[in-house]
Amino acid sequence: MTLVSGWGRFPVVDTDVLRPRSFMAIGEAVAGASGTVARGNGRAYGDAGIGAIRTIAMTGFDRVRSFDPVTGRIRLEAGVLLSDLIDTFGPRGFLPFVVPGTRFVSVGGAIAADVHGKNHHCEGGFGRYVDSILLRTGQGEIIEASREENSDAFFATVGGMGLTGVILEATMRLRPVETGWIRERVVSTSDLGAAMRALDAGDSATYSVAWIDCVARGSELGRSLIYLGEHARAGELPDGADAFPLGKDPALAVPVDLPSITLNRYSIRAFNELYYRMGAKRAGESHRVSLFPYFFPLDSISAWNRIYGRRGFLQHQCVIPEHGARDVLGDILERVTKRGDASFLAVLKKLGQGDGILSFPMPGYTLALDFPMRGDILNFLDEIDRLVVAAGGRLYLAKDARQSRATFEAGYPALQRFKAIRKSLDLAGKIRSKLSQRLFDEVQP
Amino acid sequence: MTSRKTVLVLGGSSDIARATARAFAKAGYDVQLAGRDAAVLEPDAADLRARYNVEASRWTFDVLDTASFETFASGLPALPDVVISIVGLLGAQESAQSDLEHATTIMRSNYEGPALILGLFAEKFLARGYGTIVGVSSVAGDRGRASNYVYGSAKAGFSAFLSGLRARASRGGVHIVTVKPGFVRTKMTEGMKLIGPLTVEAQVVGDAILNAVQRRTDVVYVSGKWRLVMLIIKALPEAIFKKLKF
Repeated sequence: MTLVSGWGRFPVVDTDVLRPRSFMAIGEAVAGASGTVARGNGRAYGDAGIGAIRTIAMTGFDRVRSFDPVTGRIRLEAGVLLSDLIDTFGPRGFLPFVVPGTRFVSVGGAIAADVHGKNHHCEGGFGRYVDSILLRTGQGEIIEASREENSDAFFATVGGMGLTGVILEATMRLRPVETGWIRERVVSTSDLGAAMRALDAGDSATYSVAWIDCVARGSELGRSLIYLGEHARAGELPDGADAFPLGKDPALAVPVDLPSITLNRYSIRAFNELYYRMGAKRAGESHRVSLFPYFFPLDSISAWNRIYGRRGFLQHQCVIPEHGARDVLGDILERVTKRGDASFLAVLKKLGQGDGILSFPMPGYTLALDFPMRGDILNFLDEIDRLVVAAGGRLYLAKDARQSRATFEAGYPALQRFKAIRKSLDLAGKIRSKLSQRLFDEVQP
Repeated sequence: MTSRKTVLVLGGSSDIARATARAFAKAGYDVQLAGRDAAVLEPDAADLRARYNVEASRWTFDVLDTASFETFASGLPALPDVVISIVGLLGAQESAQSDLEHATTIMRSNYEGPALILGLFAEKFLARGYGTIVGVSSVAGDRGRASNYVYGSAKAGFSAFLSGLRARASRGGVHIVTVKPGFVRTKMTEGMKLIGPLTVEAQVVGDAILNAVQRRTDVVYVSGKWRLVMLIIKALPEAIFKKLKF
């Protein structure tokens, strides 16, 4: 047994970790235990990537099967990381259509969580660009699932948190790009309402995201920097500019777990103040940034999760339906600022309709917050959850480590349908994760 | 169309081989992958073609079948520019102490076979007047340790062979690289206790090999820390070394 945790380092649990080398060995690994889930690069924050009994590490399955340089259609094994895809195919003029805030996630993980990016409001999530999936079901079959063929399995697997089986391969479309640069425009806003209006106004932008100063209070509550972005065309680069600057390996690493004292209301306040002022200074005209700092600001510091110390941290990411969102988000932010130990990172985005049965996105606003794992944080987040549920919202499973069954059930009304499809793919219930045990398996842990 | 360079990777199905082949294909080399079972190499060959738009072919090569070496080498469609031997077998030291057959396999897999096939290519390269040969040896060959001296001694022999070959071949325009990877997270080391700061991923080894070929380096310790560690270990007097538990 090995102690394993997600990126948030909470919870830490015992599981067998297996590294099969072939699809056949994956099948044997699933068949040989009564609770297995596949794990990509371990970037899910909570317990989604941890098997109830056994966890299958997929990063060794990182081969590209085929690539069409004309259409950008690619078939690959599920363990390929998005960073690898970007480094390999970016210089050839293709990028993933959707990237989350880190590029160190696997394709299989990105499908399982139907990850969203800064373009969800207009272009949808990762699953939208997946044409088909090769799935090893709990039942023991290997099936090809697409929108046309085994479509129930397809839509249950996109966003299904690995609970329909092991994703072995995927065929997906990549986005043709002329450069690896983003034309970015920063808008600074004075409060939450203005931030939401700015995001609405940015609906036509391909990429938009707001960073919220979650220390600002009173009339400044929710003051934000909105980052709008478009892919830069080749003609927009100055002569001699590198059309595709490559992502560097993280230059900075957090070498040790920082003592939890490092993160306190003063350091966070200072950081937020500085960050807001620096951003506000850049507001207005558009400028060019490499796609790496634009999409993956935290990737430049490896192991940044250590900033929160050994006990780890919790991320709380909810989505609130558009109607009434201003009041609910205002309420949440107010409680967070009152607490004073809010995160370095509060992110607000607009989402559109999700594709998978259990996909997180719904039309509305999503707010992501980090909290160090200490004190009464679990109680506090339960309190926030009640606001989310009352507003008809839900929490993101890829980030979750602690929501209750009731919160989950209220947020995901399609759960019964998901469960029925899951059952049909896995009669014996071989596929189970710590997350499924916590949130909806009938067999109690 | 400019003619592209070709690299031959012997021991093509290992993690280090996959990473090395990717590093060279990314740099524009066509790749010949050779291993005991050529069929299992197809997914890796397809991966190289799809990623880097290069030619990638598969060849059957068994390092223990020395009689087949000449046929293998002359059967390739073109003499490669670079040959890399990543063949190796860690084996089990304890069994090797009493099981002569196992000990023989370890010795032959890590010394006899790799040395003979690289020696053969060296002659062909010398006749042609250029080429680069890379042998992946091991820090374990720098000094015999109680815990793995059967493997280590074979790697020591391989390192010595490469060193001598280098001295001779350099006069004929052929460059020989000795690579000592240290701990690498691979199939071979799975389940072993590795020392974190001294352990690298396979891709780091692959990139280091490409780098060594391009810069014409002679001996590469993939993690620089190993050079220092082995310097100290080599300097220990035998009287002290034999009392240490490694």
